[in-house]
Amino acid sequence: MNTTVNLAGVELKNPVMTASGTFGSGAEYGELVDLNRLGAVVTKGVANVPWPGNPTPRIAETHGGMLNAIGLQNPGMELFCQRDIPYLKQFDTKIIVNVCGKTTEDYLEVVERLSDEPVDLLEINISCPNVKEGGIAFGQDPKAVEAITRAVKEKAKQPVIMKLSPNVTDITVMAKAAEAGGADVISLINTLTGMKIDIHKRTFALANKTGGLSGPAIKPVALRMVYQAAQAVSCPIIGMGGIAGWEDAIEFILAGATAISVGTANFYNPRATVEIAEGIEGYMKRYGVEDIRELIGAVS
Amino acid sequence: MVYAMKYMENARVSAQEALTEEIFSMYIETEQIAREAKAGQFISVYCKDGANLLPRPISICEIDGSRLRIVYRVVGKGTKEFSGYQPGDTIRIMGPLGNGFPLEEAEGKTALVIGGGIGIFPMLEVSKQLTGKKNIVLGYRDQVFMKEAFEAQGPVYAATEDGSQGVKGNVLDAIREEKIGGDVIFACGPAPMLRAVRDYAREQGITAWISMEEKMACGIGACLACVCQSKETDSHTNVHNKRICKDGPVFRAEEVEL
Repeated sequence: MNTTVNLAGVELKNPVMTASGTFGSGAEYGELVDLNRLGAVVTKGVANVPWPGNPTPRIAETHGGMLNAIGLQNPGMELFCQRDIPYLKQFDTKIIVNVCGKTTEDYLEVVERLSDEPVDLLEINISCPNVKEGGIAFGQDPKAVEAITRAVKEKAKQPVIMKLSPNVTDITVMAKAAEAGGADVISLINTLTGMKIDIHKRTFALANKTGGLSGPAIKPVALRMVYQAAQAVSCPIIGMGGIAGWEDAIEFILAGATAISVGTANFYNPRATVEIAEGIEGYMKRYGVEDIRELIGAVS
Repeated sequence: MVYAMKYMENARVSAQEALTEEIFSMYIETEQIAREAKAGQFISVYCKDGANLLPRPISICEIDGSRLRIVYRVVGKGTKEFSGYQPGDTIRIMGPLGNGFPLEEAEGKTALVIGGGIGIFPMLEVSKQLTGKKNIVLGYRDQVFMKEAFEAQGPVYAATEDGSQGVKGNVLDAIREEKIGGDVIFACGPAPMLRAVRDYAREQGITAWISMEEKMACGIGACLACVCQSKETDSHTNVHNKRICKDGPVFRAEEVEL
């Protein structure tokens, strides 16, 4: 039985990855799950300099989901390269670094800093809804998506994943723009912009007022967008958005995802990633699927 | 920093009672968590209703062999669910989490133990484990709870905002009015109380150890939701933020911005 999948020449032992921002750089979860069992670990977004993030409260629970407005707090690329990459190198898993920035130059500085590091893929975050500059500002305009993708591709030594925002009218336009800019892989969806109000305090539940909605509540939206993107582009797709169990993962793969990321589920089931990897194997056995690649986009 | 081992368990509820209309006390039989727990640590409690995704961080009130006691206020759907658990029910928990109080700092000193509101609960195990001299100050809005349990551990001074019991006012009013002394402070309570405790400790030239709270998602230091601001650049985050769930919840009052 073959569970390996290929992302732009990088072979993952299975399609299960972590979603950026939900898994730190792996160290906290490494105490609870065997990172060797994962196809890849995707790190929290890393910028050229340390970012303090947003004021608290940064999260709020909603029905079947949660809002976050962390604001891409991160220690900056130097400490990340010194501490977090060596930690992840101890494990037999692929390392995907999520890159964030306020300007194109910021992104490129990180991409260049990572060029000689043992990093397998770069994921460019042009879809964070919780920062004023950068992030989503790049991800909602197809011309900007194509331009930053091209700029990153010129500098990057590793294959490039462009992470797309669902907060757009037509996801296929953004997927095509990323592909036109030379993206090797696209990943989607980032969180959906949302809001919660505390009726007792009569304030916004988040200090940032708005935040990104994630968790099982968004899965149907994510699945629809992954399917649409898969119909629109030919590059591999990493699907994510509310994946909590192996059944969800199989749905995304059938819709056209080559790999999948588990995000919010880590918060309430730290073993979710490993359980999903095991569940995918169980599904393959049950239906006599010899190669997981037979499942990718099988429902179209 | 070396962090202690944490465990995920399907533990068993052995007893539950209501202390007031809103406050519930639950005893939980654990495999490992109670044996490893320290005063001032907390556990993540997961809901059975899948609509309530995130674990609820609840402080440890008492540790007794393999048994933990948590006391919590029903504030939303998650804690409402917990309040309905019966003896024999399973409860999914992770812990012990966070650092706990450095009780060794009280060696040879008189400890001033301060709890306010629901911040009273973790101070019971603190009071039990402090074997030296101590004074305990508890602050309530109106309804007084759990006072007898503290009285078994040392002299207790209460303050109520409405003056119905003890000193009228807050814990600092009680400390000043009753001239309650101490060489080191261990405190948990709402932010305004912690600020007043910090100022009092400054004035007295003593160290205050305070337990903080914030909305959490993962409970283990990965999601960066529950940060507080630190005076110095934190070695992990590389910015002026510390993670309450992992680097705290107990901090030296002077190392954080309140």
